[in-house]
Amino acid sequence: MVFGQAASTQTRALEPISLTIPPGEFVSLIGPSGCGKSTLLRIVGDLIQPTAGVVEVNAKSAHEARLDHDYGMVFQAPVLFDWRTVEANVALPLEVLGVSRSERQARVRAMLDLVDLGGFLQHYPHQLSGGMQQRVAIARALALAPALLLMDEPFGALDEMTRERLNAEVLRIWAQTATTIVFVTHSIPEAVFLSSRVVVMSARPGRVTNVVEIDLPQPRNEQTRESDRYFELVTEVRESLRGRGGQVSSARLRADGAVG
Amino acid sequence: MSVERESGEGPPEWEEAPAGASVRGGGAIEATSRAAVGVPAVDSGLRQRRYRRTLGIVAFVVALGVVWESAKWLAGDPWRLPALGIFHDPPFRVLQLSDRHLPHLWDIVAAFGEPFQRNAQYNLASYLIDQALYTGQQALIGFSLGALIGIVLASIFVHSGLAERAFVPYVVASQTVPIVALAPLIVAGFGRGLTSVVIIATYLTFFPVTIAALRGLRSPDPRALELMRSYAASRWAIYLKVRLPASLPYLFTALKIAAAAAIVGTIIGEGPGGVPQGLGRAILNFNQQYITGPEKLWATIFVTAVVGIVFFMAVRVAEILVLRSRGQREMSA
Repeated sequence: MVFGQAASTQTRALEPISLTIPPGEFVSLIGPSGCGKSTLLRIVGDLIQPTAGVVEVNAKSAHEARLDHDYGMVFQAPVLFDWRTVEANVALPLEVLGVSRSERQARVRAMLDLVDLGGFLQHYPHQLSGGMQQRVAIARALALAPALLLMDEPFGALDEMTRERLNAEVLRIWAQTATTIVFVTHSIPEAVFLSSRVVVMSARPGRVTNVVEIDLPQPRNEQTRESDRYFELVTEVRESLRGRGGQVSSARLRADGAVG
Repeated sequence: MSVERESGEGPPEWEEAPAGASVRGGGAIEATSRAAVGVPAVDSGLRQRRYRRTLGIVAFVVALGVVWESAKWLAGDPWRLPALGIFHDPPFRVLQLSDRHLPHLWDIVAAFGEPFQRNAQYNLASYLIDQALYTGQQALIGFSLGALIGIVLASIFVHSGLAERAFVPYVVASQTVPIVALAPLIVAGFGRGLTSVVIIATYLTFFPVTIAALRGLRSPDPRALELMRSYAASRWAIYLKVRLPASLPYLFTALKIAAAAAIVGTIIGEGPGGVPQGLGRAILNFNQQYITGPEKLWATIFVTAVVGIVFFMAVRVAEILVLRSRGQREMSA
């Protein structure tokens, strides 16, 4: 899938951007507030129109992709419906699509099992913790088996431990469903741990400053978080964010002896 | 109320598996984790609070009665109760506390048992109950119509900013004209009878419902709407699945106000509406008979208040039933 150029609104939220994401990849967008990463995500999702440029998802326009239900979206807040049970919440996109009741039930159960919430079908959102609610939101986003998953800082409101656990969950789900994921985050460790590629953006005006390839082996786990290469990559991303631009060579890192 | 609840209300993060949690500690902690897994919360604490609330209401009514009679003790007409051996002359005199203006509570209660008119077959109690039922029926119709109109209007306004800007000023202006001025006009236009009464009741009911429904229909988190757009949902689907359910708590708040407004509207309408029955008619009659029997008017006033309270409580019970079964919370008041 291909992003073409994209820019938007009078305040020039985004400079022209050109980005290509092959199917099945996990790409993070990271950058300071106001760099337009959420805007870019919504442009891909056809929720905002770019003022210029072309966005192609799955060889269709973003608009067509939206109408074909090619993507699912997860926000920073779970955005679940208070008045629906967990099961009914995950069933929402299937209802909108007019899927039959029995198919709906089967699919919903499968998704909730995928996120490990199989025992909470009849609970209401307010009875669940933030992390559990976010997992319901993920299950809902996957209900239509989308080719593309758009995640806008989904774990930003959670504590570090829950966040790391959910990172592992997302990787597991990614491996099991082979969805392409575009993941917006503020957290450098999270971006490096999860992605095959980290797109570093900067603000005023929003633009892509660097793309860091993450060559950490799959499957990733706790050991990954403690490896040298992980720290090198985190440093590389951090340096890019600070605007030193380009890729920091690993040779320089070793000479300084500084890590992270 | 937004569509979702931002953290803070569920069990803490580390209780990801509440079923298996072994939380040791005081009774308070245990109660919280049980509630988190959906055990109904009607525990002893809630029952206690209900007793206290009922007790408070009863105490308030009793206190009101005490104040009533104490005022008359201090500054009303002389008390002459041979049966109880009470012969009391109040030290002060305030005209408004005389037996004619503020009858003794027991006289009012006694009036319920007497014939409501000279040579009447029924006593006041059964007469008032009949009238209350009659008024209640009209009020119910007015309330239902007003609620329906309110919801429909709000639904139109939420989808058409043009309609909203065009009509809301008129809707607001309509409520600032005093109903006592409008009622005769409505009667002149629709004739004396139930039609006018119901129109007046509807008129007073629809406004709070429109405003609250509009607020409620607009209350969902914008991200919920983004979510629906990402499913390519139609506006009708968004309305049915997101806006309408989200508006229910707001709606019920307004329906409680509307219940009271419907009663008031019906009673006011029954006067100029010239209907032969109803609490409005009873009030007019007993007003004319005030010189001979002020207790009857007061009795009617009390009955009217009770009818209003019953209406209100009915809506409140409906609110609790509907919202609790859907996992939503009532808005306070």
